Amino acid sequence: MIIALLGNPNSGKTTLFNQLTGSNQHVGNFPGVTVEKKEGAIRGQKNMTLVDLPGIYSLSPYTAEEVVTRDFLLVNKPEAVINIVDATNIERNLYLTLQLMEVGVPVVVALNMMDEVRQNGDSIDVPLLSQNLGLPIVPISAAKNEGCEELVQRTIEAAQQKDRPRGLDLCQGEVHRAVHSIAHIIEKEVKDAGLPSRYAATKVVEGDPITLSKLNLTDSEKEIIDNIVREMETNLGTDREAALADMRYDFIANACKDAVKKNGNSRELQRSIQIDRVLTHKYFGIPIFLCVMLLTFFLTFNVIGALLSDWLSLGIDGLTGLLDQALTNLGINAAVHSLLIDGVCVGVGSVLSFLPTIVTLFFFLSILEDSGYMARVAFVMDKLLRKIGLSGRSFVPMLIGFGCSVPAIMATRTLASERDRRMTILLTPFMSCSAKLPIYATFTAAFFPNAAPLVMIGLYVGGMVVGVLYGLLLKHSVFKGKPVPFVMELPAYRLPSAKSVVIHMWEKAKDFLVKAFTIIFMASIVIWVLQSFDTRLMMVSDSSDSMLAGIGRFIAPVFAPLGFGNWISSTALLTGLSAKEAVVSTLAVLTNVPDTAQLSTVLGSLFTPLSAVSFLTFTLLYMPCFAAVAAVKRELGSARYAALAMFAQCCVAWIVAFLVYQIGGLILGV
Amino acid sequence: MTLDKLKVGAYGVIEAVGGEGALRRRLLDMGLTPRTRVMVRKVAPMGDPIELFLRGYELTIRLEDAQKIEITEEKA
Repeated sequence: MIIALLGNPNSGKTTLFNQLTGSNQHVGNFPGVTVEKKEGAIRGQKNMTLVDLPGIYSLSPYTAEEVVTRDFLLVNKPEAVINIVDATNIERNLYLTLQLMEVGVPVVVALNMMDEVRQNGDSIDVPLLSQNLGLPIVPISAAKNEGCEELVQRTIEAAQQKDRPRGLDLCQGEVHRAVHSIAHIIEKEVKDAGLPSRYAATKVVEGDPITLSKLNLTDSEKEIIDNIVREMETNLGTDREAALADMRYDFIANACKDAVKKNGNSRELQRSIQIDRVLTHKYFGIPIFLCVMLLTFFLTFNVIGALLSDWLSLGIDGLTGLLDQALTNLGINAAVHSLLIDGVCVGVGSVLSFLPTIVTLFFFLSILEDSGYMARVAFVMDKLLRKIGLSGRSFVPMLIGFGCSVPAIMATRTLASERDRRMTILLTPFMSCSAKLPIYATFTAAFFPNAAPLVMIGLYVGGMVVGVLYGLLLKHSVFKGKPVPFVMELPAYRLPSAKSVVIHMWEKAKDFLVKAFTIIFMASIVIWVLQSFDTRLMMVSDSSDSMLAGIGRFIAPVFAPLGFGNWISSTALLTGLSAKEAVVSTLAVLTNVPDTAQLSTVLGSLFTPLSAVSFLTFTLLYMPCFAAVAAVKRELGSARYAALAMFAQCCVAWIVAFLVYQIGGLILGV
Repeated sequence: MTLDKLKVGAYGVIEAVGGEGALRRRLLDMGLTPRTRVMVRKVAPMGDPIELFLRGYELTIRLEDAQKIEITEEKA
């Protein structure tokens, strides 16, 4: 039996989903779009799958989330829908309920946060409201796990009895007349299209393009419908979309009139207003946000995550050492030995040591998200990002990009629109990640010992500037067209539930682990093969004879116009794809210096100060490491788009580095 | 007058919602329908967007979108 869970964002939907399914969850995507689809078996029930649909406010035909939800309800026809409603904000939440009732599937309303309603001294007469709406309603508190068992029982009953919303007429007067006349006219087409009759008629009155295209209406039918709608619009003095929205809100107001008693603003709202006096303050709002992010960064990359990462790499090194010893003792073939140690262990190991950082970062991010602060960030930062066609919400993933692109790209999940998500994914890699720092440090030490901070700042700012320009380019080419409107709820601040935070962390960790053992595992092996063998597939003792060096020599001329057409630097750029730190270690290996500390002495023979700047510019901008590419592929939902994005990024890097080298050359007169 | 002109702390009643397509539908769906009472809670630090209070919850919209909403200001 399939049960769908549906509700507004911030209504406690995820909390309820976690309560009902426990840790038994499966996360995937809806086909064709990057809208997340979560499924889980309901605890204590046989064969009951709960599908968590995206949080939406309406079944309008505009955003990917809304369309996916509509399709799921109409095509997959779940046996019943649990509609979670925030009791403290009942009016706006019931708006979706009303649209859901038209779809003709059994609906059970889970009236959440009833504990807060009671604490506020407000009251909701559940039987009366249930009668007014013609729906079963179960009062619950998802956070406290109250009423969840009854909810499941009522849902099973509703599904078994096929308890469709009773034929209550939601609409009155003019709209009523229009809906009924049109329902009559389109009867046959609706049957052919397999749509619920009431739903189809309402959508036709609304002028919903998706529904209209599904019905094969004749021209004369279209004309009659247009006449009916026009008459309704004239009589009401408003247009079709506003008429229906108005009618739904009127119906809700009537249904709630006697059933819902409220004494002014809830305590949660008043508390939120107080908190916002500080957090979105005219002068302190932005500094506070920057401090919050700095603290998150510091704790993640310098304190907790770094410590855990160090421990994990110690553990991995230990295991690698043991395996190394065992392989030597067993006298295993040298190539297999090298594959396991230098290829798999080193490759996957170096990526795995990211894991604690990612988990720690998502610990903080889910707290910021679940508490309601992220919505405030969007509110505060919106104006800044609007110019490149994004909204304030994209600021956080981009900022995380300065730490590591992988969690940054994974964090784009929280963005409301698919367009914003894709665009943010493409821009994030331009924010210089922390793994590139060793490269900058090595080069500035070698060439600009007196101006190191200046060069570093220049690189970071340069990345941002190129990101902004690239964003503008995307806005006017690939992502032309209207962005999704920035009309966003600022939910009341709430304490995040520990369970939700832990589940979120686990999801991200799992996601990353799967990647580490698939794409990154493969990539490590490929790099190892290229590094360890020559073209005759003989193992090489000197890495300059390897296939990788061969490829490096082959592509080196591409970089000649950028000032570093030598095979060593192009080979280093190639190994940089496994992890950016590898650029430095490869340079050290190929120039035969014993460790990276002495690298600065030999770099002078490979680069001039100008070509060093050009090389740094290229490293700053070219495609990110495989772990990040894997994240991009997953979040874009397409290997082709990911490949295209990476190619585009390499082109941008080449062009900018070219300009730097050539214009620099003109200025310096070299 | 239009909603973007309403001062912080002042109340207004919506007359008509302009705009088109996704934006207009979103505004209507979020409860910005005619005869709804709206208050401007605050303006974001950079002067845009604004925070509204309506139907017992808080909503943020951009000034350019608020400009499309006709209101009558309530006399204090």
